[in-house]
Amino acid sequence: MSEVLAFEVNRAAKYFGDLKALDDVSLSSKQGTIFGLLGPNGAGKTTLVNMLTTLASPTKGSLKVLGVDVVEHPDTVRNLIGLAGQFAAVDEYLTGEENLYMIGRLYHLNHKETKKRVSELLEDLRLTDAARRQVKTYSGGMRRRLDLGASLVGRPRILFLDEPTTGLDPRTRLELWEIMRELVKNGTSILLTTQYLEEADELADHIAVIDRGKLIAEGTSSQLKARLGGDVVEFEITNELQKDVAVAAVSGVATKKVTYNEDNRVISVPVGSHGSTKLTEIVRALDKAKIVPNSLSLHQPTLDDVFLNLIGAKASDVATTAAKLGKRARR
Amino acid sequence: MSITKKIYFQLVDTWALTKRNLLRYVRLPQLIFFSAVQPIIFLTLFNFVFGGALGHSGAAIHGKYINYLLPGIMVQVTLFGGLQTGIGLATDLNSGIISRFKSLPMSRSAVLMGRTIADMLRNIIVIGIMLVYGYILGFRFYNGAGHAIAMVGIVLLFGFAFSWVAAYFGLLTKDPETAQLAGFIVIFPLTFASAAFVPVASMAGWLQHFANNQPITFATNASRYLAVGLPDNGAIWKVLLWTLGILIIFIPLSVRTYRKRI
Ligand SMILES: Nc1ncnc2c1ncn2[C@@H]1O[C@H](COP(=O)(O)OP(=O)(O)OP(=O)(O)O)[C@@H](O)[C@H]1O
Ligand SMILES: [Mg+2]
Repeated sequence: MSEVLAFEVNRAAKYFGDLKALDDVSLSSKQGTIFGLLGPNGAGKTTLVNMLTTLASPTKGSLKVLGVDVVEHPDTVRNLIGLAGQFAAVDEYLTGEENLYMIGRLYHLNHKETKKRVSELLEDLRLTDAARRQVKTYSGGMRRRLDLGASLVGRPRILFLDEPTTGLDPRTRLELWEIMRELVKNGTSILLTTQYLEEADELADHIAVIDRGKLIAEGTSSQLKARLGGDVVEFEITNELQKDVAVAAVSGVATKKVTYNEDNRVISVPVGSHGSTKLTEIVRALDKAKIVPNSLSLHQPTLDDVFLNLIGAKASDVATTAAKLGKRARR
Repeated sequence: MSITKKIYFQLVDTWALTKRNLLRYVRLPQLIFFSAVQPIIFLTLFNFVFGGALGHSGAAIHGKYINYLLPGIMVQVTLFGGLQTGIGLATDLNSGIISRFKSLPMSRSAVLMGRTIADMLRNIIVIGIMLVYGYILGFRFYNGAGHAIAMVGIVLLFGFAFSWVAAYFGLLTKDPETAQLAGFIVIFPLTFASAAFVPVASMAGWLQHFANNQPITFATNASRYLAVGLPDNGAIWKVLLWTLGILIIFIPLSVRTYRKRI
């Protein structure tokens, strides 16, 4: 049973006329893990979520959720999944309790089961006090929690969360992270889309980056970071004349070629993925060579670096747009 | 799934959504208020503006224009009520809640059924308010309690069918304002070029032909006959046929459009 993948996307594409919202994307995720889907606005994240949750059908390719084809057996899939879409999908004029009750009935739980499940969820999501209030009086965070609650009513085996933490304050975000971790501990699989790279870094076992409908990178967070050459230790020498000795001293520790920047006398030592242990080795090597560096620091690429590196072209577009807007605003 | 289970779940789903929409009406009483105010304004204006001129012509029944007018306004009002279906669905489409419904293992048509049924139930309240006000203005049923109930039933059914037309356009345009405007553009000319407010015989010749053969005239004449016993009971089967025809065409059309929408 554990062989069955949480979801499996096989060469899937979705076209809207000429626009390729998603183009030839293949992905898969193991059960009981969090899969992070990263991508800038318009990348195709929601489009992929929509296809996996049976809201939209693929133009090409196939998608399976827990081994079930979404096009052939959508009703089976709907019994296995929970969806919290990008925009909170709860009824403003109903109370929190009424919202969840309605969803429970639509999952075809009977009245008693629904009542029980609803009070459980309200309790877990700390909404019991607000349960009898109309949702329009809720804060953004409460609304998000209720929306997540609605996606949990049917005890889904796989949960699709489309930017669940967008617009939330840091505390509420941490709270949602905790809930997600708890769910995964209990065997739920999660697909999470996000704009926050630290969120993917923090939560996801596996990350895929898409941009303009194409899959551009995939792997664990450390694998993605390693693509940028991993960690780098940098130190500044006091004297140009120490350069050759210093480079020779640390070369043994480096995983790639050591480089020297004449302008600021900084030597950069790529050390792969075990930055902190390599840092001590470098200190020892310099000590042995009788070199006292001016400054010494460890740089670990963040997912932001990865992201900006991967979608570099986009980032420069952004810069131009921002410059244009800036000009216009100044006029 | 067995067929009885399927029917049972269809009912559960439909009721869950009907309840949702009714709760919204309770929480948003202004919606009912304005739907009730509109017929009151129409009844008042038409009765006192045209009542004098028409009260002595073919538009007076049992000596009063209000007896002629009220069944016509009742048809118009249920049509406007049905319009809410399209507006409501377009609003839901924009809020993301339809996406959630579509990710659930529920019946595809229940979202639309829940909406049209809730709007029909709301129409009952509006009709009730209207009848009370009509009585104050002098309207009376002259054809017995059974016929009076049948009149309300037929008007509600016709409005229910129109709800499905509105549902289709609401889902098609995905925009509440457009859905509302499109509805007005259809309802206004159709009700004015019908027997709803004035006798067709008083209209321009070319218009008479159209007015005599369109569904709103049938609906008005049927409800008028059932309310006051005049003029024409042949309209009853015609309006029932139209109702059936509209449902047969627009239920599948709406459900199909709903399936395609996210
Ligand atoms: N129904 C549609 N009709 C036409 N184009 C669409 C439709 N839905 C999405 N698109 C287009 O497909 C592309 C991908 O959209 P999608 O919503 O999947 O992006 P996203 O990654 O979720 O972006 P965001 O971070 O802004 O939510 C966009 O260019 C969008 O305009
Ligand atoms: Mg999106």
